[in-house]
Amino acid sequence: MGKTLLDKVWDLHTVREMPNGQTQLFIGLHLIHEVTSPQAFQMIREKGLRVACPQRTFATVDHIVPTDSPARPYADSLAEEMMVALEKNCRDFGVKFFNFASGEQGIVHVVGPEQGLTQPGLTVACGDSHTSSHGAFGAIAFGVGTTQIRDILATQTLALTRPKVRRVRVSGALRPGVYAKDVILAVIRRLGVNGGIGYAYEFAGETIDRMSMEERLTICNMAIEGGARVGYVNPDRTTVEFLRGRPYAPRPEEFNAAESWWLSMASDRDAVFADAFDLDAGALEPQIAWGINPGQTVGVSEILPRPEQAKADQAGLEEAYKFTSFQPGAPVQQVKIDVAFIGSCTNGRMSDLREAARVAKGRHVAKGVRAIVVPGSQKVQREAEAEGLPDVFRAAGFEWRNAGCSMCLAMNPDKLKGREICASSSNRNFIGRQGSPTGRTLLMSPAMVAAAAVHGRVADVREML
Amino acid sequence: MSENSSIIKSVAGRGIAVRGDDIDTDRIMPARYLRCVTFADIGQYTFQDERFDPQGNPKTHPFNAPEHRGASLLVVNKNFGCGSSREHAPQGIKRWGIHLIVGESFAEIFAGNCTAIGMPVLTAAPGDVAALMEFVETRPSETVTVDLQAKRATFGGRAIPVDMREAFRALFLSGSWDSTATLLSAREQIQKTVERVPYLHWGAARVS
Repeated sequence: MGKTLLDKVWDLHTVREMPNGQTQLFIGLHLIHEVTSPQAFQMIREKGLRVACPQRTFATVDHIVPTDSPARPYADSLAEEMMVALEKNCRDFGVKFFNFASGEQGIVHVVGPEQGLTQPGLTVACGDSHTSSHGAFGAIAFGVGTTQIRDILATQTLALTRPKVRRVRVSGALRPGVYAKDVILAVIRRLGVNGGIGYAYEFAGETIDRMSMEERLTICNMAIEGGARVGYVNPDRTTVEFLRGRPYAPRPEEFNAAESWWLSMASDRDAVFADAFDLDAGALEPQIAWGINPGQTVGVSEILPRPEQAKADQAGLEEAYKFTSFQPGAPVQQVKIDVAFIGSCTNGRMSDLREAARVAKGRHVAKGVRAIVVPGSQKVQREAEAEGLPDVFRAAGFEWRNAGCSMCLAMNPDKLKGREICASSSNRNFIGRQGSPTGRTLLMSPAMVAAAAVHGRVADVREML
Repeated sequence: MSENSSIIKSVAGRGIAVRGDDIDTDRIMPARYLRCVTFADIGQYTFQDERFDPQGNPKTHPFNAPEHRGASLLVVNKNFGCGSSREHAPQGIKRWGIHLIVGESFAEIFAGNCTAIGMPVLTAAPGDVAALMEFVETRPSETVTVDLQAKRATFGGRAIPVDMREAFRALFLSGSWDSTATLLSAREQIQKTVERVPYLHWGAARVS
């Protein structure tokens, strides 16, 4: 019987089976940032411990950074305090810090892949639920809490229970204007926001095979929104070529051996999965998560669902309408927006910005709409600048910002105000997520956000390409 | 938290119910309260935006209700704690005074975080959760007992079966939920793992 990638990676990293039935798992790459790590460093200080494996621990700063100016000290004294703590912790414990001055700062899930740190066959942990992103490379990557960060810092291992694997097979060619974001929203819409509890999602099939690494990152990023802590794609030529020449990739003389090993970690042809789900993406249209969780999603030509006609989760829909004040039965394209946000670990990479710029080019943001573009990293920012994307966005009335998490979760000054409605390329439309307890979020692809910005309402980007 | 691991066989106390499926950790602990370098003061902000309107006026919420002050067992519905991995959410709940949570189901990362800080989370069938919720809402001053050993919750002369991942249950019954020491004790095996994992010996981040 063949093995899945998850089984191969799990077995390789098993330090031992623990008395309670969990596995003590070695963590190949530990990524840290300013929000969830300070308490963990404090805990190991109190225990008199050191960082067990500083060579495999990397830090960046992303959640709190202002995107208008990098000037220190930050206006927000709490943000400044967190930044100072991270600088000190990295210094004291010998951890490499991709800080602003390095030119390599950015959202942790953008930085890991672009540095070549994220590779097939690894276990990757980070105090951030969107760590599932790194599974795009055929790594087993998952979010952890602060006490677990303490354990990884102290031992480079973690006690975990092996998940089951559900294969999510996607077929069909995506039509123009339909993106990886639409695929993952469609998956979550069908399997539900809690359908993945206890599972890792293996994303497979011809549609995934054809995707670039950036698109695969978008897919795996949102596995957690479907309840799956882990999402992954088997490594292939696309993965290998992406990694070649990156700063932390294997050295040229090691690369061939690395490549063979990476490809050998893919799920075997006769691997057995605990569950399977197939999605035909050939007929998919752009998707919009309109409610208060990413499973409350409709296609751009659809109406908002009527709770009384819903087959499931009626109470959830009613709660969503109570919060959003949207009209059941209204076409989703009638929903007006106040803010447009392009960025985040889901959709803040070059291909995302290029697609959004294609839509924005020669057009202008609708009157009264505030629109910002936030690159996922300084590297993305430089590349976009080299291609002239900021000029395109600025001419269309968008603000071009510095790298960070920004308005995805609004821990920095970029926030919704009051009841504003935001078209957002991020990953969560939870109540209060974008910084205003009463603000509302519509999740969609970056191109769809640009389309909404231009029209001042949800619009079908396919008519603008 | 740096408290020592202790054996937790059962928890008894007054209950409090927060109704609704898919209550995410942004709702439990809004992101602006994550701007801190310690968890010490975070308990007071638990469910902040569910408890207060933007002007600071209290809303109707069980965590505001005087009859639930001092409650220590939280009862919830499905997929509680989904979304962000922020441990600030379970830390807030625990520091507010909760010792144990019973619900229909829990998000994976949240359940792991609760276990790591010594707050057991247990599941029960939807009908039993509904009965328990009704009990704690109508009889908030009465005691609910959750027995991890017997996997049973008792309240008002009634008993319902509760369940939890066996691995987590073993940690509480043996008092080894504070995991660092356990993990550290495998030093030799960790070293052996490092030796056999190929990528640890490649590239600029190699360990040897």
